[in-house]
Amino acid sequence: MRYAMAIDTKKCVGCGDCVVACQTENNVPHGYCRDWVVENVNGKYPDLNLEFRSERCNHCDNAPCVRCCPTGASHIVEGGIVLVEDNKCIGCSACIESCPYNARYVHPEGYVDKCTFCVQRVEKGQNPACVDVCPTYCLHFGDLDDPNSAVSKAMKGRQWKLLSPEAGTKPQLYFLI
Amino acid sequence: MDMISEELIVSGRHIPNVDPYLHVWHWQIPFYLFLGGLAAGILFFAGYFVITGKENKMQATVKWAPILAPIVLVIGLIALFWDLKHKLFFWNLYTTIRVESPMSWGAWTLMVITPLSILWVASYMKEIIPGWNWKFEFLNRIEALLIKYRVWLAWVMMYFAIILGIYTGILLSAFNARPLWNTALLGPLFLVSGFSTGLAATIWISKDAEERKILSRIDLVFILVELFLIIHLFMGFWAGSQTSIEAVKMFLGGSYTVSFWTFVVVLGLIFPGVLESMELLGFHVPKWIPSALVLFGGIMFRFIIVQAGQISHFIN
Repeated sequence: MRYAMAIDTKKCVGCGDCVVACQTENNVPHGYCRDWVVENVNGKYPDLNLEFRSERCNHCDNAPCVRCCPTGASHIVEGGIVLVEDNKCIGCSACIESCPYNARYVHPEGYVDKCTFCVQRVEKGQNPACVDVCPTYCLHFGDLDDPNSAVSKAMKGRQWKLLSPEAGTKPQLYFLI
Repeated sequence: MDMISEELIVSGRHIPNVDPYLHVWHWQIPFYLFLGGLAAGILFFAGYFVITGKENKMQATVKWAPILAPIVLVIGLIALFWDLKHKLFFWNLYTTIRVESPMSWGAWTLMVITPLSILWVASYMKEIIPGWNWKFEFLNRIEALLIKYRVWLAWVMMYFAIILGIYTGILLSAFNARPLWNTALLGPLFLVSGFSTGLAATIWISKDAEERKILSRIDLVFILVELFLIIHLFMGFWAGSQTSIEAVKMFLGGSYTVSFWTFVVVLGLIFPGVLESMELLGFHVPKWIPSALVLFGGIMFRFIIVQAGQISHFIN
C-alpha cells in the first residue's frame, strides 16, 4: 500500500479552503498551517504560465526527516505516511533542517508538527480533510497500488510532476499539469 | 525581457522560524559546534604529545589546556539543551542509537568524551594542584590506574576527539535539503578548524616559548589546510548544480560575502597565519593576538555557515 495525493494544478484556484479545513480538523495552533497554497508565475511576457499548487508534507518514500531523527520520533506507518510521535520528540529541529519542502515546524508546545494526511480519518477509510473540502475537486487521495483508487484514477492519462525530485526524497505529492 | 519565475505563498503562512526563510537554529548550535571543535582540538593534542613521549616538554598542552575541555563541553551541552524545544523529553536521545542520524551519533559521542576528558584532568590533578588529596581510597586507586594506563587513555581520547571534530561538520552535511551544507568537505573542514582553535587556546595558555613555537608551527599547517579546504569547498559548489551555485553565491557577491571574507578568511585565518609566521621568523608578537584571532575566526565561521546554510534551499 502506498498512500499518495494528486493535486490538479489546472483546477486549483488558490482559494485556501484546504488550509482552513486542515487547521480546523487538526486543531492547528493559530498562526500555523500544515498545508499552504503556492502561486507560481513562469515564462516570458506575454507568454506566461500561472499555476496554483496546494502543498503539504510529501510523505516521501526516502524521508530525510525520518533518517535524521535522533530518537525515532519521526517514523513511517502503514501506507508510507510520515508521522511524529509527540512524546518521543525532543524538539532538536534536525527534521526541520532536513526537509527540502519546509513542511515541518515547531508546535508551540515544543514538539515538531506537520501534515499527517489526516491519519485519524484515513484509518476510518475517509479522505484527508483538505481533499473532502476542496470546492474544485482538485485534490485526490488514495492508494497508488490500487488502480481503482481516486488518486490512481486522477493520474491516469495525465502528465504530472514532483517538487524538487532532485533532492532524492521520492516525494508522494503528484502535481497534475 | 528576462524569464519570470516567481513563487508566492498566497494562502498566508507566517510560521515562526520557518517563514520567510528557515531560521530554526539560532546561536546555540553554532556556539556548541565551536565549543565541540575547541574541546576536540585540545584533547587531541593532549593525547598526541603523551603518546609521542613529549609530556614534559609540552606541559600546557598535556596538563593545563585539558582543564578547559570538560568545562567547554559542559557549556556546549547546556547550549544544546537550551536549543531543544521539547526539553523535558531530552532523555529520549539516550534510549536509542540511530545509526543514520548524526544528531544521535553526536549525543552518544558527547556522552563518551565528556567523562573521558574529566578522567584525563583527574589523572593530572596532583600535578595541577600540589598536595591534592582524593580523600577516598578507591579514588586513589582509580587515579593510579589512570596514570598507569594513560597512554591507552590518550589513544581512546584522540580517537573520540577526531569523531567529535568531524561530527560537528557531518551534523550539517547530512542535510541534503540545505545545499550549502550538503558537501562531504564540511566534516574535514570543521575538524581542521576545530583543531586549529584548540591549538590557539593552548598557545594562549602556554607560558613556555618553546612549546608555543611547536604549537604555532602545527597551527600554521592547519590554517593552510583550512584555507585550501575553503577554496575547494567553493570550487566544488561553483562546479555543481544550480542549487549549489545559488548557495555559494551568498559568499561570492551575496549577503554573506563581506562577513565571511573579512571575519573568517582575512581576520580569522590569513592574519593570524601571517602573525604566527612572523613569530617563527623571530619577530615579537604578543601570544594572545593570533590565538584570539583564530578563536574569533572559528566562531564566526560556524555562525555564518549555520545561518547561511538554513537560507540555502532547493529550487522548484
